[in-house]
Amino acid sequence: MEFTLTPEEEAFRKEVAAFLEKEVPQEYREKRLTFFDMSAQSDWIQVHRAMAEKLGAKGWISKHWPREYGGQDASPFHRLILREELTRYHSPGYDSIGAGIVAPALMLKGTEEQKKQHLPGIASGKVIWCETLSEPGHGSDLASIEVFAKEEPDCFVVNGQKIWTTNGHLADWNALVVRTDRNAEPNYRGITFFLLDMKTPGITVNPVINMAGHHDFNEVFFDDVRIPKENIVGGLNKGFYVVMSLLDYERTTDPVYAIADVYLNDLAEYARDNNLLDHIMNHRIAQLKTECEIARLFHYRVTWMQSRDMVPNTESAMSKMVSFELLQRVAEFGMELTGQYSQLAEDSARVPMYGRIPSCYLRSFGHSLEQGTSEIDKDVIAQRGLGLPRLR
Amino acid sequence: MDFALNEQQEMMQTLARDFLTGEYSDKVLRAMAADEKGYTPELWQKLAEMNLLGLSIPEEYGGVGDFLDLIVVLEEMGRACFIGPFFSSTVLGASAIIEAGSEEQKQEYLPGIAEGRIIVTLALTETSAKYTPDAIQTKATRKDNDFIINGTKLFVTDANVADYLICVARTRETDNPQNGISLFMIDRKMPGVSCKSLKTISGDKQAEVAFDNVKVSGDNVLGEIDKGWPVVEKVLQKANTARCAEMVGLAQQALNISLDYAKERIAFGHPIGAFQSIQHRCADMLIDVDGSRFATYQAAWRINEGLPAAGEVAIAKAWVSQACRRVMNSAHQVHGAIGFTEDHILPFYTKKARYSEFSFGGVDYHLEQLSTYS
Repeated sequence: MEFTLTPEEEAFRKEVAAFLEKEVPQEYREKRLTFFDMSAQSDWIQVHRAMAEKLGAKGWISKHWPREYGGQDASPFHRLILREELTRYHSPGYDSIGAGIVAPALMLKGTEEQKKQHLPGIASGKVIWCETLSEPGHGSDLASIEVFAKEEPDCFVVNGQKIWTTNGHLADWNALVVRTDRNAEPNYRGITFFLLDMKTPGITVNPVINMAGHHDFNEVFFDDVRIPKENIVGGLNKGFYVVMSLLDYERTTDPVYAIADVYLNDLAEYARDNNLLDHIMNHRIAQLKTECEIARLFHYRVTWMQSRDMVPNTESAMSKMVSFELLQRVAEFGMELTGQYSQLAEDSARVPMYGRIPSCYLRSFGHSLEQGTSEIDKDVIAQRGLGLPRLR
Repeated sequence: MDFALNEQQEMMQTLARDFLTGEYSDKVLRAMAADEKGYTPELWQKLAEMNLLGLSIPEEYGGVGDFLDLIVVLEEMGRACFIGPFFSSTVLGASAIIEAGSEEQKQEYLPGIAEGRIIVTLALTETSAKYTPDAIQTKATRKDNDFIINGTKLFVTDANVADYLICVARTRETDNPQNGISLFMIDRKMPGVSCKSLKTISGDKQAEVAFDNVKVSGDNVLGEIDKGWPVVEKVLQKANTARCAEMVGLAQQALNISLDYAKERIAFGHPIGAFQSIQHRCADMLIDVDGSRFATYQAAWRINEGLPAAGEVAIAKAWVSQACRRVMNSAHQVHGAIGFTEDHILPFYTKKARYSEFSFGGVDYHLEQLSTYS
């Protein structure tokens, strides 16, 4: 039992903080942008790319990777510390999909060639990734996806429509999951995981605007898109296993407990500055603060398991659900705290906190849906974690 | 970071779990709840022989292990819904003496606690049931070399079986209520000390203790005169963390028996545990149990390391109390009507959970503490 970071990890935190103090655009800090709503800024992609390349040049994106893949063999807590500090400084620059999900999946299931080709790009911060799993007709029940890749002598040819592809309009590469066998029993044994260059002819990306007015999602159409066979990860018809291990990472890629905590502190400061801190508000802030700490411990447990080469599964589902639902409650608290002011949109006269409050609140409806719904998380916890029987 | 128990802690866990599984059946629990003392001398002796009564007492005074070992064992006590003066003696009595006692006092009392010869408890709470320093109204008035103590203490755990009471009393009136508080080591059989058992819903033994012109000598003061409150605060940190550990065990066991039941109880042709309505409830229970354990271990670890822990303790007590309450409510819902009966063991856990939750400050108190720390 030990509930502290090492002196080396703490020193890394200081180093990152000192760097961000100089590098993060003042406007981002002033506006207290949060990870989930900063992409609405008109210059976000430029700032994101610039920060990502600086973090890449420092070697921080890949610091916790094995040396053979260009890392420094640092503990996975370094990744968390980097994300916590980026959160505290309201900074973009970390590609949750490329660095957070694709890289670990490649290290686990990729071929040596795939690792050599893609890991350096992710580590440098120069290559942006998206992932394409869901379809209009299939979300939580991923094993039933229908978009089909037909095998030809030199490649697979994909046709169909996918949806909910975050950053699809910006990404250089795509982690694509499609059906390659329509007769597989059970159906998840007919799914393959591909790495797709987004410059390949036949890809059309259309925006899907979420209820907060932000453009993160896209729908992606595939019209005879040809993918080389060497871009298969984990083997033909074995993509579902790659997805499962990828989800274990995805569920804790973002430090949501820290995003909630920083936003809560910003709300508390607003409350203090505007004489809103009465007995009841203090009490509610203390309650949410407590929940942030619990969510942090759930996330740290997952990272600790990774540091011991254990594979978190139900543990990451627990962490995901706890922290994302907490962020929803914090976002909702922001609305209650500001009352009628919460109705004012960004750029309106008299809008508090540069419009963060409705922006975070409306965005938060997605938190119990993205990266696996809370309901799927609970299924995972109950069936895999607690051994309760499946209804068939 | 390390979320795992070390070898010693695992050993203590196994030792306590095996012992309690064997010796503390539901039948024994029911008997102890009804029993006036709440324990048998044979059971107490066995706990002493396993060194469990000396946990976190320094070796030179006959003890063994540290506070984390004690926390691990308290979690097992929670799983067994253990009734008896274990908490009072090892957490309250021993901690106060370790924290404030002189060398002589430590030598006099700690080996006795470790060997199970004496039971010591803390007489802190008064009729206000508050844990702020202004709640201490019991007075100790100096008369030459002696002190005359007058006042009433309430919710004194296991006072009925204790050999000594550590009485927290006001020795001086000051503007700041934190100052002027002192601790006294008092033989329960002294003239003027009267103890009236309270009847509790959980079967835990609590008492009202009246001090009526109790005359003790200056030698009975534990720690520095007038400067007892910081000692009380430290003991309260340990006590609250220890209560959290009990609640972790209570909640874990409530989850375990709920899972067993959900897997065997058939409805509509399936075990009820196959239905999502039950599964999702159980998933929430596991989150509450694990989160409670993390918060408790973190607070305990900081205390054990001698680091400031006030914030972590407040977070733990506030959250674990709520989580444990949710777990109990869900356990009842999973069990259906049978868990609502006296014949079932679950109500013992539900009642004990509320007992642990409210002693040394409930959720609101700890949230309020937290808003003053941050």
